[in-house]
Amino acid sequence: MDSQQVMHPQRPVGIIGYGSYVPMYRLPSTEVARVWHGGGKGPIREKAVAGLDEDTATISIEAARNALARAEIDPAEIRAVWVGSESHPYAVKPTSTIVAEAIGTTPYHLAADLEFACKAGTEALQAAIGLVGSGMAEYALAIGADTAQGRPGDALEYTASSGGTAFIVGPADEALATLSGSLSYVTDTPDFWRRAYQHYPSHGGRFTGEPAYFHHIQAAAEGILAGLQARPEDFAYAIFHQPNVKFPQRVARRLGFTQEQLEPGLLSNVIGNTYAGAAITGFSATLDVAQPGERILVVSFGSGAGSDAFVWEVTEALAERRSKAPLVSDYIRRRVEIDYALYARYRHKLLVK
Amino acid sequence: MSGKVAHDWRLKGQRYRLEGEECPHCRVKIFPPRDICPECHKPAKEPYRLSGRGEVYTYSTVNNAPGGFEEYTPYTVALVKLEEGPMITAQLTDVTPENVKIGMPVEMVTRKLRAQGDEGTIIYGYKFRPVLQA
Ligand SMILES: [Zn+2]
Repeated sequence: MDSQQVMHPQRPVGIIGYGSYVPMYRLPSTEVARVWHGGGKGPIREKAVAGLDEDTATISIEAARNALARAEIDPAEIRAVWVGSESHPYAVKPTSTIVAEAIGTTPYHLAADLEFACKAGTEALQAAIGLVGSGMAEYALAIGADTAQGRPGDALEYTASSGGTAFIVGPADEALATLSGSLSYVTDTPDFWRRAYQHYPSHGGRFTGEPAYFHHIQAAAEGILAGLQARPEDFAYAIFHQPNVKFPQRVARRLGFTQEQLEPGLLSNVIGNTYAGAAITGFSATLDVAQPGERILVVSFGSGAGSDAFVWEVTEALAERRSKAPLVSDYIRRRVEIDYALYARYRHKLLVK
Repeated sequence: MSGKVAHDWRLKGQRYRLEGEECPHCRVKIFPPRDICPECHKPAKEPYRLSGRGEVYTYSTVNNAPGGFEEYTPYTVALVKLEEGPMITAQLTDVTPENVKIGMPVEMVTRKLRAQGDEGTIIYGYKFRPVLQA
């Protein structure tokens, strides 16, 4: 692989603040299995479910406030607010302007919503790296968040969940993790889609595995490792998109990463698949425990299809700043189990008019 | 912009960011903003962003909600005493009504307040939840 496929900003950049949010309701897989499949277990233990008054905007707002608390900058210095999601509350009207107004960045900045299934959040992160790395901006905010819906009874209903993570990208000398390089790999692959005006997505069944998830993540990961002349053992941690538990474990094994490297960032068993929030919330949970000098590989995957890969190196600034906002584990611990009936109410699956 | 949409839009500073005022004369914090100090009755227009931390002063549970809020019943409305002094009426969230207690520490979050039907705007604003345990 030609190392020119790895992207580098004109000036060094990094993450100066990060923060996540996970709603407190949990639907155990056994509940979905009980209602639709006559009992048994599902692919994960349980998934996070948004409450009645939560959506991608409110999730993004809390994640962004946590990122701001860690960045310790004036929100008015942020020049872009980008929100990646496949569950924006409005069909027409940006989520990003709601988030921006709530955290006080308005009005002098770019704002837009991005869409690319589960990689919309890392797409926003790539754009933020470009804006700050070119010198056009000191700071840019990138968010990935979703309140994902699976069709009742479909395999995706076990895992489609809610949550999100925000990053503030800034100059490397202020960063708690600096960027070593990034790479993106996309093809036109129809593994999963949702047509306009449809409430639930459709997918290609078994077609979603090898040619979609595995091919794109492996190509992106192998590309960035080759380009940066790095090997799996050079990393303390690796995070891969996590639609379930098995896929990220299998792709890690194929690439030569160990279960230990995955451990802190593999959250799908306890929160489900937060779609645009999935890989980056795993990254956030990994930053919650990482030490200075450690390297972290992050590879997202979005259906349609594509992957973004990033290599980060943790700085001395992380330990002190991570204490300024809740950890991902604080949100995971805040847990209220619900049954399928309450879930159906919270996720608007009941027809009341 | 229709009258209702314009009205909601003008309130976004206080609804989204808990923006109140501080009296330049006696330093009292004011919420919602009213441009006149309730203590010394002098003009008070300096914007002041409240921390969002406070405690439940009194509360009651709503079972029969007004139009636009039916979806959320039963829910709890509380009078929250903010740490800067002002009292604020708001809905509590992420809590079951039987677990609410007077004196309970709470913090501000931004949530959906209501939607104007399936075609209108979604109104976001402050609610309070039990302080997240770190
Ligand atoms: Zn006064």
